[in-house]
Amino acid sequence: MILSQNAILNQIILAFVKLRNYMIKGDLRLFFANRCKTIYVNTKLGSVLKYGGSVAVGGVSGFFGGGGGMLAVPLLQFCGLDAKRAHATALIVILPICIVSSIIYICGGYFEVQTAVSACIGVVMGGIIGAMLLDKLNATAIGVIFSLMMIAVGIKLVIL
Amino acid sequence: MTDWQIVIAVSVLGGVIGGMGMGGGTLLIPLLTLAAGLEQHLAQSVNLLAFVPMSIVAVIIHNKNGYIDIKSSIPITCAALIGAIGGSLLARYSGGYILRAGYGAFLIALGVYQMFATVKTALKNRRQKKDGSNSKSVGKTAKA
Repeated sequence: MILSQNAILNQIILAFVKLRNYMIKGDLRLFFANRCKTIYVNTKLGSVLKYGGSVAVGGVSGFFGGGGGMLAVPLLQFCGLDAKRAHATALIVILPICIVSSIIYICGGYFEVQTAVSACIGVVMGGIIGAMLLDKLNATAIGVIFSLMMIAVGIKLVIL
Repeated sequence: MTDWQIVIAVSVLGGVIGGMGMGGGTLLIPLLTLAAGLEQHLAQSVNLLAFVPMSIVAVIIHNKNGYIDIKSSIPITCAALIGAIGGSLLARYSGGYILRAGYGAFLIALGVYQMFATVKTALKNRRQKKDGSNSKSVGKTAKA
């Protein structure tokens, strides 16, 4: 027990030393991009981060009713998946979460058949259109426009 | 327009945004509350439900292409389920405004993150293009 605690402590100290080295070199981004994965993923701290992150993804998804997918992608990338795989695998992580939390919401009485059905139809239609449009538009422009839109809508939601 | 027609129009817009991989339905909730006038809890439940059919289709397509890593998804999914149950029970007992303001703050954070990610990939692509053209020219001169 004491031995394993020492091992964790060593890992943490090692991480801090490396962090400081990277900071001295001024390449903090490199530390987070590459070293996090290689140092942490197979240690206890790594699995704490992994499972803590997973619980946070689920909690955010359930509490706000969405948005977990955007957090699941970086989490999966932290676990060592490349970007494309992370995006695809995030879907299968989010799907059961969505089903379970929507059951809890429905049990809480927040459900209208007509609204839900029309939203489902609309989202599926829109999703197909969006997927078709994706290759034809400039990804950078879309990204910037939507991130600005998200910030604007967020400010509006907080103020009102 | 009646109520459900507005909901359809708004959710088509939300689906287009989600289909392009931007925020995956995160904008559908504010669209539903601001444009269609739904209550916050109801909008969240509708968003969760509407996500299910679309992601089933997407999962089938991605699975065919072999992009889904089931092995690494299982432990994450199990832990995330615990969080999801806690989160949605908590949402049931918190007021509409708390959820709304919290969601707004969450959206601002996601928007900033998305902005950074977009700029980062754009810079990376540009750099790669530059490197590609440089190596080509280097190759040409070496041959010459």
